[in-house]
Amino acid sequence: MRRIISMLMENEPGALSRVVGLFSQRGYNIETLNVAPTNDPTLSRLTLTTAGDDLRIEQLTKQLNKLVDVVKLADLTEGAHVERDLMLIKVRATGAAREEIKRTTDVFRGQIVDVGPSIYTIQLTGPSDKLDAFVAAMPDGDVLEVVRSGVAGISRGEKVLSL
Amino acid sequence: MVELLSGGEMIARALEDEGVEYIFGYPGGAVLHIYDALFKDCKVPHVLVRHEQAATHAADGYTRATGKPGVVLVTSGPGATNAITGIATAYMDSTPMVVLSGQVQSHLIGEDAFQETDMIGISRPIVKHSFMVRRTEDLPGIIKKAFHIAVSGRPGPVVIDIPKDLTRPDEKFEYEYPQSVKMRSYSPAQRGHTGQVKKAARLLLAAKRPIIYSGGGVILGESSELLTRLARHLNFPVTNTLMGLGAFPGTDPQFLGMLGMHGFYEANMAMHYSDCILAVGARFDDRVTNTVEKFCPGAKIIHIDVDPASISKIVMADIPIVGPVQSVLTELIAQVEAIQEKDADLPDQSALGKWWQQIDEWRGAHGLFHGRRYGDSDAIMPQQVIESLFRATNGDAYVTSDVGQHQMFAAQYYPFDKPRRWINSGGLGTMGFGLPAAMGAKLAFPDANVACVTGEGSIQMNIQELSTCTQYNLGVKIINLRNNYLGMVKQWQDMQYEGRYAMSTYEDSLPDFVKLAESYGHVGMQVTAMADLDAAMDEAFAMKDKLVFLDIFIDPKEHVYPMHVAPNGSMKDMWLSKNERT
Repeated sequence: MRRIISMLMENEPGALSRVVGLFSQRGYNIETLNVAPTNDPTLSRLTLTTAGDDLRIEQLTKQLNKLVDVVKLADLTEGAHVERDLMLIKVRATGAAREEIKRTTDVFRGQIVDVGPSIYTIQLTGPSDKLDAFVAAMPDGDVLEVVRSGVAGISRGEKVLSL
Repeated sequence: MVELLSGGEMIARALEDEGVEYIFGYPGGAVLHIYDALFKDCKVPHVLVRHEQAATHAADGYTRATGKPGVVLVTSGPGATNAITGIATAYMDSTPMVVLSGQVQSHLIGEDAFQETDMIGISRPIVKHSFMVRRTEDLPGIIKKAFHIAVSGRPGPVVIDIPKDLTRPDEKFEYEYPQSVKMRSYSPAQRGHTGQVKKAARLLLAAKRPIIYSGGGVILGESSELLTRLARHLNFPVTNTLMGLGAFPGTDPQFLGMLGMHGFYEANMAMHYSDCILAVGARFDDRVTNTVEKFCPGAKIIHIDVDPASISKIVMADIPIVGPVQSVLTELIAQVEAIQEKDADLPDQSALGKWWQQIDEWRGAHGLFHGRRYGDSDAIMPQQVIESLFRATNGDAYVTSDVGQHQMFAAQYYPFDKPRRWINSGGLGTMGFGLPAAMGAKLAFPDANVACVTGEGSIQMNIQELSTCTQYNLGVKIINLRNNYLGMVKQWQDMQYEGRYAMSTYEDSLPDFVKLAESYGHVGMQVTAMADLDAAMDEAFAMKDKLVFLDIFIDPKEHVYPMHVAPNGSMKDMWLSKNERT
C-alpha cells in the first residue's frame, strides 16, 4: 500500500542523508521525496512516499523516529489529507498536436509556462495520479522532459504536524 | 571567570569533566593539536594501541566490563576507517561509545586532501548519531550531547568528526562544560505503559509453561538483580541469549543455558513448547529464532525493550512494553505481587511443577556433553579447556572471546554468575575482538582474572596488540583453542559442503605462538596433552601480572553442538552430535 510519510527534521547538514540512508540500509524504497525549510528556519519538512504493508511501515516509522535529527513524524495516509505534486513537463507541440495539447492542458487545469516554436512547457499540480494521467494523455513520443517535485502533503482539519 | 581554551584543550578538559577514565587511541596528523593538549594538561590517561580497530574494541571491552562509556580518539582518513569495524561491533551490541575522529582542515574538506575521508558518511549506518563540528565554540555542547546520546535509551556509538583547524592552539574560546542536555528531537522512553505492565503480569501468572528469555538489554540496563528476583519469585525457567549470559546466574538450577543456534537442548525445547515467553532486552535475532514462521507456535509473547523498533520487528509481540528494563521490571514485580495478594494460588503450581518435570527430562536426556566424545583419542577436547578455565578462575573471570567455535564453547561451558563477565561480539561477530576487549577489561579491573578465549584464526586479526599489553603491563591470559583450522568455517564445510575445506586451513604457516609471545616479553606455553591441561592453566593464572599465551592443541574434529537444523527448522530442531538430531 502506498504511504505518505511526512516529518519535521532538524535543518542541519547531514540530516537528509540519514533519512535517505536509512531507506537503502534497511531495504525500503522511496518513490518520491520532497524536502524544504519551513516557517521555522531550524526545521525542514520532509515528505516521502513509499509502499509496504502495515508491519513494514510500522517498523520503518519506528526506525525513522529513532534518528536523532527526526523531530516529529506522521503517516499522512492514516487520516484524511491533502497531497500535491508539482510537475513541469516539456512536450513537442507542432502541427495539429499543438492545439490538442493546449486543450488537454486546460482540461487538467494546467498552465503553459513556456512556449517555443515547437514546444510547450506545462505546469501542473495535483495528486500524483492526476499528473500520471496527464503524462499518459500526451501524444506518444512527444514528451521531452518531465520534472516533478515529489509529493507534499498535509493533514486535513485541525491536526497539525508541529512542535 | 570563564576560561579561554583552544579546541584541543576543550576536548581534553571536556573528557575530564565527563569523568572519562581512559582514552583509547592512536595519533596522526589531523589530531596532533588534540594530542598536544592531552600531553600538556589532561588527567585522563591515554592508551596507545597498535591499530585503530583495537582502540574501539578495547574501549568496547572496557565499557562492557564497567558499564561506563568508552572513548576513542583516532586521526582522519585511515585512522577513521580502521575504527569502523569496532564502531560497527559496538553498534550491533549497543555499546555506549564516543569516537572522536580527526578531520582535515575545514577549507580542505571535499578536496580529496591527504588523509581525508567522509567519516560522517562512512559511519552513518553504524552509529547511533554523529556530529560534524563546524565551530570550535560548539565543542563542549557537542561532546556533552554525544555522551548523553551514547549512554541513554538503547545505547550505541556516537562519532564526533573534528576538522584540524578547530583544534588550533592559538585560537581560544570561552569554555564551559554544560551541566545538562536538552534535545527536542531525542527523548528515549523513561518508563513502560502501566496498563501493558498489568496485562503482562496477568499473562505471566496465568502461564502453565512459562519461560523468561533475556538478552543483553538486561545487562545494559543494569537489571540483572531485578530479573533474578522476578525469576526466583515465580520459579520460572530462564534462558539467556549469547549477549545476555550472566544476567541470571549461570550455575542456578533455574537457568536452562543459552538458547538459539548453539543453544542448550533444554533451553530451545522449553522455548518451543512454552505457552508464555517473557522476552526482556532481547531482540529475536536470527541466531535465536531459527525459522521465524515456526518460532514457538504456542507461545504468547511479552516483549520488554527500551527500543520500540526492536519490538515486533521479527516476531510479533502480544504484549509490547517500551521502556527501560529497570523501571519496567520493577513495576512488573510490583504488579505480580499485587495480583498474588488477591489470588495466592497464582501461578498454577501443579502446572509449573509438570513443566519443570518436563524440562528436567530434557536436561537429563540431552544435557551438554561433558567428558570425552572420542574414546580412542587422547586429544584435548575444546569443551574441557573451557571447563578447566572455569575451574582455574573459580568461575569469576572476565572472559572475552573472538568469533567461531571457541566463542560458542566458552558461552556453553563457562557458566557466568554475574553480568558483564562475558564479553563477546555477538551481533557483528567480529574476529579480532577478543584481545583488545580483554585489554579494556583488564585496565578497568587490574586485579581481576581476564581471559581471552580465542582461536588461531581470530587471534591473528589483532595479534599486534600483544605489544600494547607489553607497554601497559596487561596480564591477560590468552586461551588459544588451536585446531589449525578456521573451526566454525570448517564445521559448516563438514556439514553442508561435504568436507571441502575451501580456505579454512593455513597449512604450515602458523607462527610459533610461544616464541611470538616471548618476543613481546610475555610468557608462552604450549599444551598438547590432556594430562597437562589443568596444571598449565593453574600455572598461567598464578602468574598474576604476566600475559600468558596458552597455545592449546585441541581435537580438530570437534564440532559445536547442539546446532539448529537449517533451513526451515524450528527452535526444537537441532543436531545434537554429528549423527543425532531431534
